[in-house]
Amino acid sequence: MIEIENVTHRIAGRTILSDVSLELEKGGIVALVGPNGAGKSTLLSLVARLLPLQSGGIQVDGLRIGVAADDVLARTLAILPQELNVASRLTVRDLVGFGRYPYHKGRPTSEDTALVAHALTLFDLDDLAERQLETLSGGQRQRAFVAMAYVQDTEYLLLDEPLNNLDIGTSRALMEQLRNLAETRNRTIVIVLHDINYAAAYADRIVALKAGQVVADGPPDQVVDDGLLRRVFGTDARVSLIDGRPVVLV
Amino acid sequence: MHVRLAGLAGLLILCCGAYLTLGARGDWSFVLAHRGQKLAALLLVGMSLSWATVIFQTITGNRILTPSIMGFDALYLLLQSLLVWSLGARVYNTLPAQGLMAVNVVMLCAASLVLFMLVLRAGRDDLMRMILTGVVLSVLFRSVTSYFQRVIDPNEYAVVQAVSFARFSGLETDLLIVAVVLSGGAMAAIWRIRHRLDVLPLGPVLSTSLGEPPKRAQWQVLILVSVLVAVSTALVGPVAFFGLLVTSLTYLVVPSPRHAHLLPAAALIAGIVLVGGQTAMERVLNLSTPLSVVVEFIGGLVFLFLLLRSLR
Ligand SMILES: Nc1ncnc2c1ncn2[C@@H]1O[C@H](COP(=O)(O)OP(=O)(O)OP(=O)(O)O)[C@@H](O)[C@H]1O
Ligand SMILES: [Mg+2]
Repeated sequence: MIEIENVTHRIAGRTILSDVSLELEKGGIVALVGPNGAGKSTLLSLVARLLPLQSGGIQVDGLRIGVAADDVLARTLAILPQELNVASRLTVRDLVGFGRYPYHKGRPTSEDTALVAHALTLFDLDDLAERQLETLSGGQRQRAFVAMAYVQDTEYLLLDEPLNNLDIGTSRALMEQLRNLAETRNRTIVIVLHDINYAAAYADRIVALKAGQVVADGPPDQVVDDGLLRRVFGTDARVSLIDGRPVVLV
Repeated sequence: MHVRLAGLAGLLILCCGAYLTLGARGDWSFVLAHRGQKLAALLLVGMSLSWATVIFQTITGNRILTPSIMGFDALYLLLQSLLVWSLGARVYNTLPAQGLMAVNVVMLCAASLVLFMLVLRAGRDDLMRMILTGVVLSVLFRSVTSYFQRVIDPNEYAVVQAVSFARFSGLETDLLIVAVVLSGGAMAAIWRIRHRLDVLPLGPVLSTSLGEPPKRAQWQVLILVSVLVAVSTALVGPVAFFGLLVTSLTYLVVPSPRHAHLLPAAALIAGIVLVGGQTAMERVLNLSTPLSVVVEFIGGLVFLFLLLRSLR
């Protein structure tokens, strides 16, 4: 379970998150939605200890962020950040291999190597495995980083806009894999999505954030309607039900 | 990778053999003992500076900066001027070599830690700001040094000038042993964290996610860099661009993301440059120009080249 208690975050006097409290139970996909600048990335960064916590508390699986040991957390929680640029010259296989670092600490076992090979196949990276990262297209690189978070093999996975740069086929395949992880292995996946239709189709729960506050929270068919789009995103899109699932007509 | 490392090792052994034997005349045991000691100093300094530069570049996330370029050498000269000014040249010259070295190592370590923290804090991820901070601090140190140059008696200042260039001859064995112990300890520590160093170039976000927050490693690395640079500078004097020359060659010859490859390669290349260079200059070309001048010249050109390329 991820427990976020009264988290407030300020940067340079501006309040980015104000008194956010959330309980995300174990297992399933939670989609975090909201307009640009709502504080979604900031919230994920706080959970992933990438930013120091200013007030309030966060616990992941009973581990208190800011207190728990770094290597224990690295085996519990993985994050795929929104902006990724790696300066060093790495091949795709090297990069994905780093996902196993929390376990082998620099001395990969044959099991680690096998897991990396499996992830490369799963994310359709076999042909690119020996290519340098900087020679890849945006979507190919994004897949490599997703594969790296995947091999970290943690109970909790935080993904900040993982569908960036991905085509519709790859996007759907990725979401299917995440569903599979959530259902068969009871993984907890928190995912920032901008496309409400993907959120409605694949998430068990949608949390909407606006101006640093939680403004809607619940299963997709209860949360997604014309009102949500108007209140949260300030746009007049129609939502209709297809096969009992809300679909935004853009 | 291993083939390349073995090739480098072979080359270094050749250089060492040539250095020890070429043009030797007279009593062999004397020649070997004399040259052997100088060779050990060359290898130690080469390895220390190259390792310091590699790990410094790893934590600053770029391949242009070196501890020396960040104002370390200017700091060394300032400290020497201060010593000569406060003690007088006569006392400075009569200081026991061990004592002087101890004072230098301690002061340089402390001062350079402060210096590197300042530069890192100012720069964060901005390379140009880091370089600028380093340059500004160097200029500051130099102008304070030149102030002392004026207040010190010109004859006394000659003493400061004498220590402004790296010198590899006439080292005392005691000093060498102290240096080997200190640098050896620091290098053993670096070798132990080589896998952790591999993670840092992924950037602060990914390395934190993998359980290696860069802050902790940064401190350790800065302390180790300070010890290595301070010891070798106190031993032979400043060599500003040597580290840069060696690491640039290393990334070219052994393009590996792993420190388990980079560190041995850097040590071998440093040895080849210093020992091979010294052999060529002294024994083959019979030049009297000190090796450090040539290394500085070439290293300086490499620095300019890298800087101009990064600006494009
Ligand atoms: N380092 C920073 N300095 C100043 N303001 C910041 C900083 N980081 C984030 N902010 C501000 O915090 C607010 C929330 O940013 P955040 O990145 O969390 O938004 P987001 O919901 O992820 O948006 P997006 O959908 O565009 O990714 C924004 O208004 C942003 O300008
Ligand atoms: Mg964001």
